[in-house]
Amino acid sequence: MLKYTDEHEWLRLEGDVATVGITDHAAEQLGDLVFIELPKVGATLTKGAAAAVVESVKAASDVYAPVDGEVTAINEAAVANPESVGTDPQGAGWLYRVRLGDPSQLDGLMDEAAYRAFVG
Amino acid sequence: MTASLHETPLHALHGEAGARMVPFAGYSMPLHYPLGLLKEHLHTRQAAGLFDVSHMGQIAVRARSGDPGDAARALETVLPIDVLGLGLGRQRYGFLTLQGGGILDDLMLANVSDHYLLVVNAANKAADLAHLLDAIGTACTVEPVERALIALQGPGAEAALARHLPVVAEMRFMDARTIAFAGEEGVAVRSGYTGEDGFEVALPPASGLALARALLAEPEVKPIGLGARDSLRLEAGLCLHGSDIGPETSPVEAGLAWAIPKVRRRGGDRAGGFPGAERILAELAEGPARLRVGLKPEGRTPVRAGAALFGSADASEPVGRVTSGGFGPSLDGPVAMGMLPRALAAPGTTVFAEVRGQRLPCAVVPLPFRPAGFKRS
Repeated sequence: MLKYTDEHEWLRLEGDVATVGITDHAAEQLGDLVFIELPKVGATLTKGAAAAVVESVKAASDVYAPVDGEVTAINEAAVANPESVGTDPQGAGWLYRVRLGDPSQLDGLMDEAAYRAFVG
Repeated sequence: MTASLHETPLHALHGEAGARMVPFAGYSMPLHYPLGLLKEHLHTRQAAGLFDVSHMGQIAVRARSGDPGDAARALETVLPIDVLGLGLGRQRYGFLTLQGGGILDDLMLANVSDHYLLVVNAANKAADLAHLLDAIGTACTVEPVERALIALQGPGAEAALARHLPVVAEMRFMDARTIAFAGEEGVAVRSGYTGEDGFEVALPPASGLALARALLAEPEVKPIGLGARDSLRLEAGLCLHGSDIGPETSPVEAGLAWAIPKVRRRGGDRAGGFPGAERILAELAEGPARLRVGLKPEGRTPVRAGAALFGSADASEPVGRVTSGGFGPSLDGPVAMGMLPRALAAPGTTVFAEVRGQRLPCAVVPLPFRPAGFKRS
């Protein structure tokens, strides 16, 4: 199940764990990424708070936690190669995995069709 | 909002090239093109980049007496540089100083045919014009020149430009020449804001647009946006007015003392006589309290403008701050500039920048971060 947020993140749900990344639309807006900072495995995320940072040559942008939960994995390959987050944001450029604290928070997120309409 | 923005004479080109346009200093300007900031930066270092810098202010200063020496003497009352010694066909870097010793603006000054041409920052051109009219308007006419300004920068710039303006191949760094293109007269200078060899060409709107189109058709030339312009100048260690320098920063603190020659310093034949001379000459003699420095963060995390700088990892009070910072594509790592107390400004010193609550070690390093590619001879 793939969900999207109005902060331009995607979540792919497998059981109670969601893989999170930025959308291709967000990646296009940000331009070439040169640095990313991810939460630590085991960190507790709060929906709406900054969970990660992606940086282009020009600027740093926060990536907000789309849901509450505990970080179970991070994409070390993307830390070593931030470019992949820009070039393949919904594949090799995923950011982290989070065990959902409150699955009902998914109800407020968009499906793919709704997100595509949202970004126009 | 968008409707009130000015458009440069090259505006049509940006749309054709697919630029992402942003408001900058009251103009609609290209931030980047489809190539993207990173590759635009690298392309400029490897081949040639074309920048629309028509938003910058061009101001012509002429002596009312008709004697260029009178204009030079007048300009020396607002600039702490050697204007009288600037030969015909030569250009020099300088800055308009304020009574308190700060910098109203930094600029390029060229001695071209019957006038001095000042090229100033877009955001300051109205303030500069008012300042010049007030200070030297009696001795000189001070007139804004509305025309296109095209920067062509990079190791391939000379070859590409010389196909259209053969005279540029004879120019060396900081030469200024009157040129003609498509039936209109303009000015070419061999300088820029990237640390690369290159040129800036001022032409009336129609011929300027024609030259830009001709240059973009050359195989080595690509259009480059403001984003890469900023990362290129940062790697070159060049100041951005409003960030690294400003009304509170003296030229000596800014590391720009090299632009103030002996003749304008204490003991010189034309010492002082410019706004802020008392503070600036004292700092030249005794050293400033703080200095602009280059900073190389040790890790990969970019350290950006505004970050507080600390003398140690656990110091409670900041000693300075980052004035420009980001990622240097040609250096493949973060680079920054900042203002530090003189005691901490020596290359080799380690200071700590605070980024998202963490103290990141940064080495004070000499500027520029990479050697310039100027054609000096």
